[in-house]
Amino acid sequence: MRMKTITLEIDGKEVKAEEGMTVLQSAKNAGIEIPTLCYHEKLEPYGACRFCLVEVTKGKKTRLVASCCYPVEEGLVVKTSTKRIIKNRKVLLELILPIAPTGAHKSLAEKYGVKESRFPLEPGEEPSYCTLCGLCVHYCDKIKKWNAVGFQGRGIDRKIVLMSGIGDQCIDCRECYDICDAGKFITLAEEF
Amino acid sequence: MPKLKSILDLENLRKEILSKIDPKKPCITICSGTGCQATGCEKVSDAFQEELKKQKLEEKVNIRKTGCHGFCEKGPIVVIYPDEICYLQVKPKDVPDIISQTIKEGKLIDYLLYIDPTTKEKIIHESEIPFYKNQKRLIFGNNRKIDPKSIEDYIALNGYSALAKALFNLTPEKVLEEVKEANLRGCGGGGFPTGRKWETTRNAPGEPKYVIVNCDEGDPGAYMDRSLMEGNPHSVLEGLIIGAYAIGSHEGFIYVRQEYPLAVENTEIAIQQAKDYGFIGENILGSGFNFMIKIHRGASAFVSGESSALMSAIEGKVGEPKSKYIHTAVKGLWDKPTCLNNVETWANVPFIINNGADWFKSMGTEGSKGTKIFSLVGKVNNTGLVEVPMGMTLREIIYNIGGGIPNNKKFKAVQTGGPSGGCIPEKFLDFPVDFDALSKLGSMMGSGGMIVMDEDTCMVDVAKYFTNFLADESCGKCIPCREGLKHMLRILNDITAGKGTEEDINRLEELAEVICDASLCALGQTAPNPVLSTLKYFRDEYEAHLKGVCPAKVCKELITYYIDPEKCQACGLCAKNCPTDAIYGEKKMVHVIDKEKCIKCGICFEICPDKFNAVSKISGDVIPLDVPKGTKIKPQKR
Ligand SMILES: Cc1cc2nc3c(=O)[nH]c(=O)nc-3n(C[C@H](O)[C@H](O)[C@H](O)COP(=O)(O)O)c2cc1C
Ligand code: SF4
Repeated sequence: MRMKTITLEIDGKEVKAEEGMTVLQSAKNAGIEIPTLCYHEKLEPYGACRFCLVEVTKGKKTRLVASCCYPVEEGLVVKTSTKRIIKNRKVLLELILPIAPTGAHKSLAEKYGVKESRFPLEPGEEPSYCTLCGLCVHYCDKIKKWNAVGFQGRGIDRKIVLMSGIGDQCIDCRECYDICDAGKFITLAEEF
Repeated sequence: MPKLKSILDLENLRKEILSKIDPKKPCITICSGTGCQATGCEKVSDAFQEELKKQKLEEKVNIRKTGCHGFCEKGPIVVIYPDEICYLQVKPKDVPDIISQTIKEGKLIDYLLYIDPTTKEKIIHESEIPFYKNQKRLIFGNNRKIDPKSIEDYIALNGYSALAKALFNLTPEKVLEEVKEANLRGCGGGGFPTGRKWETTRNAPGEPKYVIVNCDEGDPGAYMDRSLMEGNPHSVLEGLIIGAYAIGSHEGFIYVRQEYPLAVENTEIAIQQAKDYGFIGENILGSGFNFMIKIHRGASAFVSGESSALMSAIEGKVGEPKSKYIHTAVKGLWDKPTCLNNVETWANVPFIINNGADWFKSMGTEGSKGTKIFSLVGKVNNTGLVEVPMGMTLREIIYNIGGGIPNNKKFKAVQTGGPSGGCIPEKFLDFPVDFDALSKLGSMMGSGGMIVMDEDTCMVDVAKYFTNFLADESCGKCIPCREGLKHMLRILNDITAGKGTEEDINRLEELAEVICDASLCALGQTAPNPVLSTLKYFRDEYEAHLKGVCPAKVCKELITYYIDPEKCQACGLCAKNCPTDAIYGEKKMVHVIDKEKCIKCGICFEICPDKFNAVSKISGDVIPLDVPKGTKIKPQKR
């Protein structure tokens, strides 16, 4: 079955996409950069980091959406870096940098001119080197089908844990180390 | 129970039930809702059963345990029919008197009646008590008339007649049309037009289609959905079955939170009874329409009530919100078209079908029709569940129904809409309560929480309380909500501790904007409301805190307790009750608080007799120097 072709506009550029694609995918295909932390081509979009926010306009209505989850629509007008979006991304960076001082978002911070965060760690608080992007969890679940990594807790207590009782397969695999961008797994490695 | 196979069967059953009811036979109804359970209604109903047995009146008097009446503060509530004599705060020891005097001799027991605090008049009938008289109890009114475990009670009150009407006299399209025309809006928070949602699900491609009742109700202090589900489960079931018929769904779920065991129990019983009579199952009432209902017991998290989280939980996955831009009405449970509505929303449906859209539209305002149930709590004389027509003003609800503010205190604000609602100041008390007006004021209808606050409430502290709740309840999936709320809370902690700066208020405002803009689900998107609305209407209180003053004298770090040497009469109560022995004083000597030891628990302030009124709280003003140890009191002439 042939997919329907959809035409939309991203940052003033006419873009063709296939029905069922997301705005993020079609932007990537058109060579338009949208920053992401929790997105991975092989995995279902998770929509948690919110860096991929874009402004979409349909008719008279304009709103901010996560482009990794938003499906392309005929005639949709997308803007990927308005003032409002940049402002949101900058604050998100300020929120995440003290917790996870390393990773790709560091260069994004440089690009956006975010040097220092107005939301520093509290005295005694240590960086977790984890943005809770969930890539390791979903990779291990969906690709390796082992479910050896998971989330625990909710709200500010949420964290990544290695499920107990995992054995050699983890020692041999360690593919999550490569997928982890913020460095959590380098610190976890020491726990093995 | 024989399965009903036609509308005629149902009408015959109703006639039979009604024929067995003797309207003159006394019936003692005992409210057995959650509020009255807490005040001991079970013991009261046991006492009634025993006493009736003892006096050999079992055959002559009926007893009925009903759902919540709403005036929970005055429970256990007992209403005796046919005269509707209402007794409040009934204890088991009152029962023999009630039987021997009221039941046998028709005499009233004065001390159990409601006394109007302003007119001092005794009120006999439940419906004449101002708390009830000023309400419009459409959805909630039948709670007091039926035993929720008895389908016959519901049928006697015309129950399931709307379903019969829908199935036999109306096409699904016509049912949908009626609900759309009535302009019923969702009571679960968003106020989304119900008919439009039904239509979307009906027209969405994909089979099967599902319908769901949302009885998660995670707002602290709210219990209207619980009281409906516990007190009149058949009204929700009937609404759901009618909705399913209109939408073309044959499978429904009732999502009830685990902590509502009575709601689960009564719903299970109701489903079984409805199955037995043939209101649920195959070929309902012989109409050819099939529909099944399952109960899902949910975990106890606020966020589980969010639509995508709730559906994930029913699917057996982690109950976390998903970032989806295709409405669940189109792609919901197992990616099939799914219509999720709140308990109260569903319970409205039988009324609309029975009485028509025009009747429904005659109540309410331009944009919000019908009634709404609120949970009225806080600094108000009459707390409980109240149902009013949309458009009643806040003042009418708080003063006419709620009876005003206790202890002659001044009203300061009313918080509506649950934890992510906003605080509304006095100048808007005459605003009509409806979906649009509340949003315009920076608050919302939410699920119907209404917390009244008096002059002793610190609005920064209130904002901190709700932000803390939401930060706790955030699932933690997305960065703005998880990290943003954490920092908002830290800033509020600093401000209430007197460590805030002007820059902190800027940071609060900036975080609020980003959390609203960028959060994945509506929990985060609305979470800054308490801060934003208090900043909007009570900014002066934030500014006072920056200067080290808590105007309401609530924030511990900013207040000092002080004993006035002119007033202290050395009664010693404060010293005796101080948990940290921070007060020293001897007989006839002025008592003094050691500020180093004081933990500001406020016990001395509470316990100092009113006639002395020697302990005060100071915030901002100069704290007078303590008198030297051994200073003699100044005896007061009285
Ligand atoms: C954090 C959060 C919690 C919610 N909790 C409830 C709830 O307890 N009960 C409810 O009916 N709706 C709740 N909702 C709203 C539901 O997502 C949904 O909009 C509603 O059930 C739809 O029903 P309605 O159209 O009848 O209002 C919640 C929403 C959010 C974002
Ligand atoms: S907004 Fe809050 S509750 Fe909603 S998904 Fe994000 S972290 Fe979870």
